[in-house]
Amino acid sequence: MKVFDCPVIGPRPISEFDYGGEVRRPPMEADAPSWAAYVFNRQGAPGLLREWWYHRPTGRWYVMERDTLKDEVVRFIDLEEVRYDIPA
Amino acid sequence: MPWRLLKYGLKSSHNEPRFFPEAKPLKPHYDVVIIGGGGHGMACAYYLAKEHGITNVAVLEQGYIGGGNTGRNTTIVRSNYLTPEGVKFYDTSLKLFEDLSDDFDLNIFYSTRGHFTLAHTDSALRTMRWRAEVNKHHGIESEVVDRDFIAKEVPYMDLDCAGTHPVMGALYHAPGAVARHDAVAWGYARGAYNRGVEIHQKTRVTAIRTQGDKVTGVETDRGFVSCNKVVSMVAGSTPRITSMLGLETPIEIFPLQACVSEPVKPFMDTIVVSGSLHVYVSQSSRGEMVMGASMDPSVLHSTRSSFNFVEGLTDQMIDLFPFMSRMKVMRQWAGMSDITPDFAPIMGKTPIDGFYLDAGWGTWGFKATPVSGKTLAWTLANDRNHELIEPFRLSRFTDFELVGEKGAASVGH
Ligand SMILES: Cc1cc2nc3c(=O)[nH]c(=O)nc-3n(C[C@H](O)[C@H](O)[C@H](O)COP(=O)(O)OP(=O)(O)OC[C@H]3O[C@@H](n4cnc5c(N)ncnc54)[C@H](O)[C@@H]3O)c2cc1C
Repeated sequence: MKVFDCPVIGPRPISEFDYGGEVRRPPMEADAPSWAAYVFNRQGAPGLLREWWYHRPTGRWYVMERDTLKDEVVRFIDLEEVRYDIPA
Repeated sequence: MPWRLLKYGLKSSHNEPRFFPEAKPLKPHYDVVIIGGGGHGMACAYYLAKEHGITNVAVLEQGYIGGGNTGRNTTIVRSNYLTPEGVKFYDTSLKLFEDLSDDFDLNIFYSTRGHFTLAHTDSALRTMRWRAEVNKHHGIESEVVDRDFIAKEVPYMDLDCAGTHPVMGALYHAPGAVARHDAVAWGYARGAYNRGVEIHQKTRVTAIRTQGDKVTGVETDRGFVSCNKVVSMVAGSTPRITSMLGLETPIEIFPLQACVSEPVKPFMDTIVVSGSLHVYVSQSSRGEMVMGASMDPSVLHSTRSSFNFVEGLTDQMIDLFPFMSRMKVMRQWAGMSDITPDFAPIMGKTPIDGFYLDAGWGTWGFKATPVSGKTLAWTLANDRNHELIEPFRLSRFTDFELVGEKGAASVGH
């Protein structure tokens, strides 16, 4: 069993986590093509990828930066870093 | 043992003709460069030469022919898709497959088996009725069948699935088939080579040169070659190629794993898929049970295979086929599948003049090998998307015209 050492809740089996995909920030004001690019396009090439992970048993989302060539989490991201304001 | 084998076993050398002679140096210029020597690349080269007389073509392959997903796939060929665009496209491919052995003068072991997609829930059965209707409308043999029919055709399966998720019915597709993947790639390659196409193995494309918005050539680890047109047919490496051009796409790479059991006497002449249990199985001509599941849950650019996969797969497989608990898993492996949001491929022209894509083949592209080669060759020759691939163009995402194929492509391959 593979274990992920989560800085918040400690070591947990990887199988307890669900994948939430790449973290993307919507363009607040944009034309249709830019919206399409935001909705569909992804950083497909190998490298560091910022992604959402959901810990099922505790019901909490995390953001991590993972090397998608080696499958290694290299950084645990403070949610403040990915937070953005929704225009009023 | 065949005599010929014994004779070769006793001789220190033999002169079995090579499929392709040793590589020559690269020429300074080609009309078309095909990146990727998998089935798709070879098929495209073949049809460029055969149907369009374009032979100043080089296929550049970083490893060896068919060493990518072509040689790793579980070779299910079928056309019972969900969208009319998909059904028409895959059915054209299936028909081309049926004639390939003759075309190549090489046995591709094309074997029509019949393909069952099991339904364990009402909602699964509903999608199958929908698929059967779309399929029949396009003249494809596809029926929703009941438990009795399945029990007769697949008598060794436990329809109650150990009582946990009983089978309610299935989508039955009589033309569903399997074929020998290497033979398909090699047959196309030999046919292309005999018509003048150059095949360069161990040649990796490292950059694509452009001038303005136009392709002028490719850099390789064996030097630069100039060319007018480049087509990328690299499946799991597609984002690496498109990022050379700064071209964004929706493609993400997820590993897809498969395994085979030790060989046993032939007993299974159908292909069985369960979308709900995320498993599928057929028996190869060598007697191995060829088994697969859905793709790994997160993005990864690697062909590592995992214990989790075999554990999860066999758990479900034994519910369906309890006697398999006594069989041993012999080999397991993975490929990198290039997944799109709508589970349809991305094909044809791109915003860069002279750069064409054949990608987004995910877990389902082997069956499309002939039709992809044929339609891309047409597209390269005419500089216009072939009508069969127009729905799969890259710009469908900005046009908000997706081809929702997930219901038929995700586990069924
Ligand atoms: C486990 C598994 C099971 C599958 N099962 C099925 C199935 O049952 N039915 C089905 O229809 N499909 C199936 N598929 C999908 C199918 O295998 C693929 O969609 C199909 O084989 C893609 O063929 P291709 O020729 O486009 O790519 P590939 O065969 O992957 O060929 C691409 C080639 O490009 C080369 N390349 C990459 N980058 C470069 C570069 N920079 N320079 C030069 N060369 C490069 C690679 O080395 C590779 O040989 C499965 C896939 C997997 C992994």
